[in-house]
Amino acid sequence: MTRIWWKVLAVLILLYTIIVGLTIQIPMIGTNAESSRGLFYHVPMWISMYTLFTISVINSLRYLRNYDLKYDVSASSAANVGTFFGVLGFATGTLWATYTWGGSLPTDPKQMSTALALLIYMAYLVLRMSIQDIDKRARISAVFNVFAFALLIPLTYIIPRMVDSLHPGAGSTPGFSKSDTDHHMMMVFYPAMVGWTLLGVWLYSLQLRYRKLELKNIFGNDRP
Amino acid sequence: MIVRKALSVCFTLFFLCLSLLASAQQQNTEKGPVNEFFRSDGKIYVVVGVLVIIFLGIVLFLSRLERRISKLEKRQQPHS
Repeated sequence: MTRIWWKVLAVLILLYTIIVGLTIQIPMIGTNAESSRGLFYHVPMWISMYTLFTISVINSLRYLRNYDLKYDVSASSAANVGTFFGVLGFATGTLWATYTWGGSLPTDPKQMSTALALLIYMAYLVLRMSIQDIDKRARISAVFNVFAFALLIPLTYIIPRMVDSLHPGAGSTPGFSKSDTDHHMMMVFYPAMVGWTLLGVWLYSLQLRYRKLELKNIFGNDRP
Repeated sequence: MIVRKALSVCFTLFFLCLSLLASAQQQNTEKGPVNEFFRSDGKIYVVVGVLVIIFLGIVLFLSRLERRISKLEKRQQPHS
């Protein structure tokens, strides 16, 4: 985790997406116009969030297998950074919606269900704070995390696809069809997803190392 | 470590100049209300510069934080 090359790669990719993402030509469509560039910055937040929540649930499952507290630290750090990216994704989405859908929180099913999913993960973080006993906290929150992840996928991905929504990627509005995004946009969009995911993993590794140091001070020097 | 850091910074700056050049060459000549507002006098590059500075600042902050954490980790290692 301390190796530097992938962090440098993340920074270079993100610089590329900031510079090129704001200056390339994009198709001007309806009320979206230049705001389509939000695609380069809004969607990668979610990709990063999904990656971190996946890391989190994998570590929770590993914890439940042999009750090693080190996995619990990993799981909570990943959930922490994942929620951070989720909030950023939600905030950018509402800002975007204000100028294209005519309201920051219209009764859009995708926005509503995503807000629910985020609240579930915030509940996970609050739940952790409410339990003093370290082992009990780890067990309860690991089980909670599995259920949170099991709800995340239908709430943010499946249900919004089954109903009508203004959001691309819903029942009547397929996302990223050829008519609204051209291949120049994809040349920024795909690297942006990689870059933000790498940055998310970097933040997660920092958080994890900090938490481990903190725990070392509590436990003495042998754990975790 | 310091050499590697310096190298990465140089690489970053080089990359930045390259992409600035590349984007300057494909300047947009089409006129439309949005284009006129968004690219008037090509000053969108100022905004890009502002964002790049903020982003690099955050990255600098992160790498300093990382260095501090590594130092703490090293200090704790000999005791275990």
